[in-house]
Amino acid sequence: MRMMIPVIHGSARRLMPNRWDFVAFPLILCIIVLGSTGFRETLAPLTTLQTQTISLDPAALPGYALRTTLRMLAAMLASLVFSLAYGTLAAKSRRAEKVLVPILDILQSVPVLGYISFTVTFFIALFPGRVLGAECAAIFAIFTSQAWNMTFSFYQSMRTIPRDLNEVSSSFHLSAWQRFWKLEVPFSLPGLIWNMMMSMSGGWFFVVASEAITVGNKNIVLPGIGGYLAQAIAARDLGAVGWVILTMTLVILLYDQFLFRPLVAWADKFRMEDTASQAAPQSWLLDLIRRARLIQWLLRPPGQLVLWLAKLPLRLPFGHAAAGSVRKPSRGGDLLWNVLVLLATVFFLWRVVSFVGQEVGLSEVMHVFGMGLATLVRVLVLIALASLVWVPLGVMIGLRPHLAQRIQPLAQFLAAFPTNLLFPIFVVGIVYFHANPDIWLSPLIVLGTQWYILFNVIAGASAFPNDFREAATNFRIRGWQWWRKVILPGIMPYYITGAITASGGAWNASIVSELVSWGNTRIEAYGLGAYIARTTAAGDFPKIILGIAVMSLFVVLFNRLLWRPMYAYAESKLN
Amino acid sequence: MQSTSQQQILAVNDVGCGFDKAQQGELKVLDGVNLTLKEGEIVGLLGRSGSGKSTLLRIIAGLIKPTEGHVEYCGKPLSGPAEGVAMVFQTFALFPWLTVLENVEAGLEALGVAAKERRERALSAIDLIGLDGFENAYPRELSGGMRQRVGFARALVVNPTLLLMDEPFSALDVLTAETLRTDMLDLWNAGSMPIKSVLIVTHNIEEAVFMCDRILLLSSNPGRVGAEIVVPFPHPRNRLAPAFRQLVDDIYAKMTARKQTAGAPRSELHIGSWMPAVSTNLLAGLIETLAVAPYHGRADLPELASSLRLEVDDLFPVAEFLQHLGFAEVSEGDIALTMPGRLFAEEGTQARKLRFAEMLLRAIPLANHIRTVLNERPGQRAPLDRFKQELEDFLSDQAAEETLSAVIDWGRYAEIFSYNDQSEMFSLEDVEA
Repeated sequence: MRMMIPVIHGSARRLMPNRWDFVAFPLILCIIVLGSTGFRETLAPLTTLQTQTISLDPAALPGYALRTTLRMLAAMLASLVFSLAYGTLAAKSRRAEKVLVPILDILQSVPVLGYISFTVTFFIALFPGRVLGAECAAIFAIFTSQAWNMTFSFYQSMRTIPRDLNEVSSSFHLSAWQRFWKLEVPFSLPGLIWNMMMSMSGGWFFVVASEAITVGNKNIVLPGIGGYLAQAIAARDLGAVGWVILTMTLVILLYDQFLFRPLVAWADKFRMEDTASQAAPQSWLLDLIRRARLIQWLLRPPGQLVLWLAKLPLRLPFGHAAAGSVRKPSRGGDLLWNVLVLLATVFFLWRVVSFVGQEVGLSEVMHVFGMGLATLVRVLVLIALASLVWVPLGVMIGLRPHLAQRIQPLAQFLAAFPTNLLFPIFVVGIVYFHANPDIWLSPLIVLGTQWYILFNVIAGASAFPNDFREAATNFRIRGWQWWRKVILPGIMPYYITGAITASGGAWNASIVSELVSWGNTRIEAYGLGAYIARTTAAGDFPKIILGIAVMSLFVVLFNRLLWRPMYAYAESKLN
Repeated sequence: MQSTSQQQILAVNDVGCGFDKAQQGELKVLDGVNLTLKEGEIVGLLGRSGSGKSTLLRIIAGLIKPTEGHVEYCGKPLSGPAEGVAMVFQTFALFPWLTVLENVEAGLEALGVAAKERRERALSAIDLIGLDGFENAYPRELSGGMRQRVGFARALVVNPTLLLMDEPFSALDVLTAETLRTDMLDLWNAGSMPIKSVLIVTHNIEEAVFMCDRILLLSSNPGRVGAEIVVPFPHPRNRLAPAFRQLVDDIYAKMTARKQTAGAPRSELHIGSWMPAVSTNLLAGLIETLAVAPYHGRADLPELASSLRLEVDDLFPVAEFLQHLGFAEVSEGDIALTMPGRLFAEEGTQARKLRFAEMLLRAIPLANHIRTVLNERPGQRAPLDRFKQELEDFLSDQAAEETLSAVIDWGRYAEIFSYNDQSEMFSLEDVEA
């Protein structure tokens, strides 16, 4: 019967629902309904939060999980908008670029949980007496964990658009706005989506941490997975901790299946590579949507709205610098701009130093640096230990394609899983065995981030050219020589990528893992993370700023002096 | 604007293009270029790499603003990409995320053509160019030839007055390129396209003679129109016809004769001369080929090019480098080995290296300069940057890098210096003084 209907003029036929609609339609309806109820609750007054405590009943968990998921989604949308705007500005304006790129570099070095203390105060002041303020603060915290790498990715894509595609766009007379949607966004999508996935994977950790916040006298617990966990810890309910771990596992799996798999499968067509990929990413949900006629029909109006928006001949304030015209920058303007930037920097520095200096003396600064060193040692030792374990294992897994195919999703899941949910188990153990917290709290900082090392090494070993392996076998290169001369140089760029992500995550994790509690018991390790956590709870702002500034400094120096040179070396010499 | 018989489509008047150099003032890529395009003709821009032919094409397309002179299109001064000028790219430049149909429609969409008309016009262009059946394919699913057909369809669908082609067949294999050329000429001669004039940039002499009514030879550094050649043959042309071969030979002779007329041969090189990368293997291979039968030391360049399957851009730099070194003489489209060249062909590896080193130090000022500096320095070491900065007084940054990397390669082969890419240092280590 299908064959008898002409394909092009079958609009009537396309309106009729087919069997795929029966699966897809309820699914989408359900998502819409859940979303709107979640939003309505955020408009409730703040008092409901304080009166209505978090229920430890497992039946309440799905609702909490929904709230948490929506927060993630809202933060992701905000990050996306931010990335597009900031990245465009940085890529198109030479002067803005000079300021924006270094700022972004610093922003991503500041510990994510460091922002919370300020944003909570700010957003609650912005929406006095409404849950919305606390919600915004939590969403902003997640945003800060997601936005920076996405922005970098978009900015870099914008800078590397092939010249011929730019020329085609110019000869088509596309305006800046049209070029943005027709060329720049599509070209950047694969990188952007990959970074969205990485951001999302890191974000679960922070959403859990940011749902239960105490800043000075403001004690906010938002209904969500993190709020539930905080309540379970306060009530010393190990069973509830088990339930929340199970829920989180399910949520991450669903998020992957319902959001990222379809996105990745869809974005495959934006790759620049010339050849069709051997194993194109697949998604059952995307296939379902593509087959479901009614859904297709419903998706058309919004799709056309987007197309129409993209077609508007809007002129953006910055023209296209991409065209080869030789524009002479005005040197006077540049000079003025540089002076302005310098003045602003000096002014802000002075304000911060004078604010912190009110309360904090030089001895305190030295003390904080000492704690920073303690945390630095912790991060270094644990990344080294994790590397010793996961590099050999990752290589062995990566060189066996069948095994790699099965382990890789598991490693990615483990990297996404918010390990703060597992902290209580460790804490109970430490309390029980009276273990030394300075040592036994340390593993917590790499508990979640070590998996980045594993899955990057697996990816590197999988991509290792077979010719090299065969050549090594042919020349009887074995044992330690094989590791040193063959495989380690081969996976080095991948390993370093993983280690950078892992160490960045470890610094962030130190804020929640050096100071933990179980009911009324508090365990603290000597370190900068514990210092920041303690001063945040006390609402002692000059000290919070000092702690964050020192930690950012450590992270920036760590990246500049260790990781970047290593990465540059691995990229240029070992590839 | 009405001339005697044909209407003038485009006029390029005294166009120059350059970029700023801090020390040397402006560095010119194009200088005083004049050309006109009339209705009903295919004009070829023939030149070697570095002749600025692509830059000239982009100026005509309105993608680059010339620093001197102006372009008139249909009687009006050109500012920015003009309507009715479409371009076909060497790299195809298709949007990988759009299907064949969407790629062809993209240009119409930007013009604001209504959806229904857009579809109809795109389908008929796809039909004309022989792409039916591929409408829903993505570019990466297509072969190079099919991709370039999409490039053509996309250019034709906007009903251009002037079609610009930037080496459109050079990324394709020989047979595919030939099919596309004949298909395009068939459409042109049948008058089934609204195009009034075609400008094609190429470095392939045969292609230019095969397709064009008029060929403009661009000389290099800076690019100028050196000669204009009218191709009198009717279509379809036979590549094997004696008159066709003769014209190809003439053009080869014109392109190789230029250097001699400019002054004394070989003496014109200086430290800041641009040097293309010529592999020492290719150089040795060419000398060996020339030395034995059927050439016995002398060959006709077009013949050599076609038997070795080398394009002008591959063959000319080697031939010229041989000439600079004194291993061969190039004139009137012929190449002949000199005495050192014949000796080189018969020597073993070490003797060759010695001979090459001697010739290199004598003939290539930059190589000699690097060696002299290293000899004078106490540690016999010098950073790459030192020479790069010197070169950048004469050349663009990219050309300076190309030249240095070519000289580094020759110097390493000749063992007149060694170079460490990690520390970016020249030295005399591992080199017997």
